Amino acid sequence: MDESIQTVWNEAQTRANEAYTAQRRRITVDPITRLEGHGKIDIFLNEQGEVERAYFQVPELRGFEVFSLGRPAEDMPQITSRICGVCPTAHHMASTKALDDLYHVEPPSPAKKLRELVYNVFMLEDHALHVYVLGGPDFIVGPDAPPEMRNVLGVIQTVGIDIGKRVISTRRRLREFIAYLGGKVVHPVLGLPGGVAKGIAPEDLPQFQQLAKDGLEFALFTLQVFKDVVLKNPAYMDLITSDTYTHRTYYMGLVDEQNRVNFYDGKIRVVSPEGKEYAKFAAQAYLDYIAEHVEPWSYVKFCYLRGVGWKGFTDGVESGIYSVAPLARLNASDGMATPEAQKAYEEFFNTFGHKPVHHTLANHWARVIEMVYAAERINEIINDPEITSQNLRVIPTATPTVGVGVVEAPRGTLFHHYETDEKGILRRVNLIVATQNNSARMAMSVEKAAKGLIRAGEVSEGLLNKVEMAFRAYDPCHACATHSLPGQMPLVLTVYNPRGEVIHQQRR
Amino acid sequence: MPDKPKVAFYWCASCGGCEESIVDLAEDILEVAQAVDIVFWPVAMDFKRKHVEAMPDGSILATMVNGSIRTSEQEEMAHLLRRKSQILIAYGSCAHTGGVPSLANQFSKEQILRTVYEEAPTVVNEQKVRPQPRHPYDGTALTLPEFRGLVRSLDQVVEVDYYLPGCPPTPKLLKQAVLTLLSGQLPPKGTVLAPDTAQCDSCPRKESKPADLKITEFKRPHWTQIDPEKCFLAQGIICMGPATRSGCEAQCIKGNMPCTGCFGPTSRVRDQGAKILSALASSVDAREPEEIEKILGGIPDPVGTFYRYSLAKSLLRAKVTR
Repeated sequence: MDESIQTVWNEAQTRANEAYTAQRRRITVDPITRLEGHGKIDIFLNEQGEVERAYFQVPELRGFEVFSLGRPAEDMPQITSRICGVCPTAHHMASTKALDDLYHVEPPSPAKKLRELVYNVFMLEDHALHVYVLGGPDFIVGPDAPPEMRNVLGVIQTVGIDIGKRVISTRRRLREFIAYLGGKVVHPVLGLPGGVAKGIAPEDLPQFQQLAKDGLEFALFTLQVFKDVVLKNPAYMDLITSDTYTHRTYYMGLVDEQNRVNFYDGKIRVVSPEGKEYAKFAAQAYLDYIAEHVEPWSYVKFCYLRGVGWKGFTDGVESGIYSVAPLARLNASDGMATPEAQKAYEEFFNTFGHKPVHHTLANHWARVIEMVYAAERINEIINDPEITSQNLRVIPTATPTVGVGVVEAPRGTLFHHYETDEKGILRRVNLIVATQNNSARMAMSVEKAAKGLIRAGEVSEGLLNKVEMAFRAYDPCHACATHSLPGQMPLVLTVYNPRGEVIHQQRR
Repeated sequence: MPDKPKVAFYWCASCGGCEESIVDLAEDILEVAQAVDIVFWPVAMDFKRKHVEAMPDGSILATMVNGSIRTSEQEEMAHLLRRKSQILIAYGSCAHTGGVPSLANQFSKEQILRTVYEEAPTVVNEQKVRPQPRHPYDGTALTLPEFRGLVRSLDQVVEVDYYLPGCPPTPKLLKQAVLTLLSGQLPPKGTVLAPDTAQCDSCPRKESKPADLKITEFKRPHWTQIDPEKCFLAQGIICMGPATRSGCEAQCIKGNMPCTGCFGPTSRVRDQGAKILSALASSVDAREPEEIEKILGGIPDPVGTFYRYSLAKSLLRAKVTR
């Protein structure tokens, strides 16, 4: 069975690669052949054939901030989840927390625990998807492996079919648990201002306690796989620490009172490229710290720190560009709140020997450490005596005004900001999605990869791969078009000479 | 190796949830991968439009398209895949009825661009820069797709053979659809590949739905303690069940929240919103205009409530702002 799947896959990949090679030999000017959610890269050379500018564009806009106006705010957890079907739980939870704030209501303690429980289950399964299916194959199978092997099936071959099946079944069980509490796993319905719609029945608890144990075992196993495959291989470490994938930016992440990483709640902490605390603020103050810059060549807005200012696409202390997602969270914190994750955290920073770690590809390792934390936190909450309580909601009585909610989505800090009339009808909506926080740094990564691989007008073979590796480390979510089974983002890369002629084009 | 039937997946303006629903076949995905030859799936393989163009017309057995249609290239792709496929399936609410993104049909393109790029509280944009379809650069231009003023369902662009409803469809329905396609026992064209009964018929709370519904007040769910056993409408909470097709296994209702209508209407209903409106209007227990007015005041956003997934396909379709 497995062999025939691999055959089917290989055949498809071979055809794809033939088509791709055919295209490589022919330089086509075809600027409109793009998909929604396609990343588009345009590189401009100067007279000497060196890179002058590289543009990374996202041709995507759906206008959720606009068509939400006039809706009742309580519908937002279900409407905004449709921004992203891969991380619907993140939007659902940020939205639900914005509603608590909007209605000035404090959920009962069991409801908060259930939300955090569901949230960590989601983080664990979503990170697992990335590690085994999307970004991980680059590392587990190897960045130099043939493309037809760099996908989930290649991973299964590398680590063994039993493990492959274990990945699939563990993810399925975790997602079934989200569905148990949230009704659906893609677009859950759990959240209401002041609580949750459903709790755990006492008779169902043992199976979820077992799942929590299995989930932790799975996370620790994943950490071991990662260490065996990646850390024992000097070539990988060289790649991770190479200059192409290094940017000295600010880092942002949610922390608890002891500055430890938290996905569900806390304050937003920002550290400078030197690792000094630059700011620590509650979600409601986000407008004082975060601003967005608009460029005419992309639908995605570029976030930066308002206090530092927009200095263009450049890194360092003087530039307001910051980064989010797993690596940023580890950099912006002082540690992890659970024992095994804390051990892994210390090992991470000891290995690199400095903090913050500025290497984009270290996101892969940070992601696995976060899996361990999520799994440990699930075990803590599922064994909490309150977890089967049916005290799940407080009905809001205050007049709604303004609400801001924040969570750490798998791909970084996510803000939802609502303003309503006294009936709770939306008058203003602002969303800062995780990938937007990273968009400036991502654009810099593309430019750096281009500069490293284009010399005197000659484009090296591995350019698209290099660029893609940078992308996949961030796990960007542009209209979710980047989530692909073999982890290939659909990309178009075009190189122009100073006369505006296309001299090279590659596409995925 | 004998020729296996060719299948393609494609997305338009979508969120990725439909792709997740395919991945959620979990262990079954291996079985599907064995039964068919997936020739085109941008999320999973190199995007190769030219390769699709090179295929003989009608050489793909079935293509499943998710997402609504907004840009010119989505239109082009829809036409191309229609030509190459014997069977074209609209997969999920967006392709089926326009989906949540078609709520944007209440706003003009100008309103959307102005709000996002100029008026958002975080934006610093004194020059009022906006993304441009063409941004001149050094004798050439960087281009972005321009989107249409209207969001459309797939069958408003090309002819569609079958529909898989839901936001997203369930893996179970997907598996059944694939098996149906492979069996060669095809249902009549235009069929929605899900049961043709109303959600209420298969609702776990069916027993508590009164035969004669008398509504004296519409309650918004966050201001109400929800009884986990009782029919939502009987509790005065709006539930789209009467106007919505079944087949989702009542997932939201099992999550103790009302149905919001993502499966679209049954084959006997032309306009899902109109259907629920008439059902509710006849259940409002009042005679005096003031009384009726007061009760209807409990529905602050009829369009977003009754057409949350189907504005593109509704008789209303869009708001024209002049």
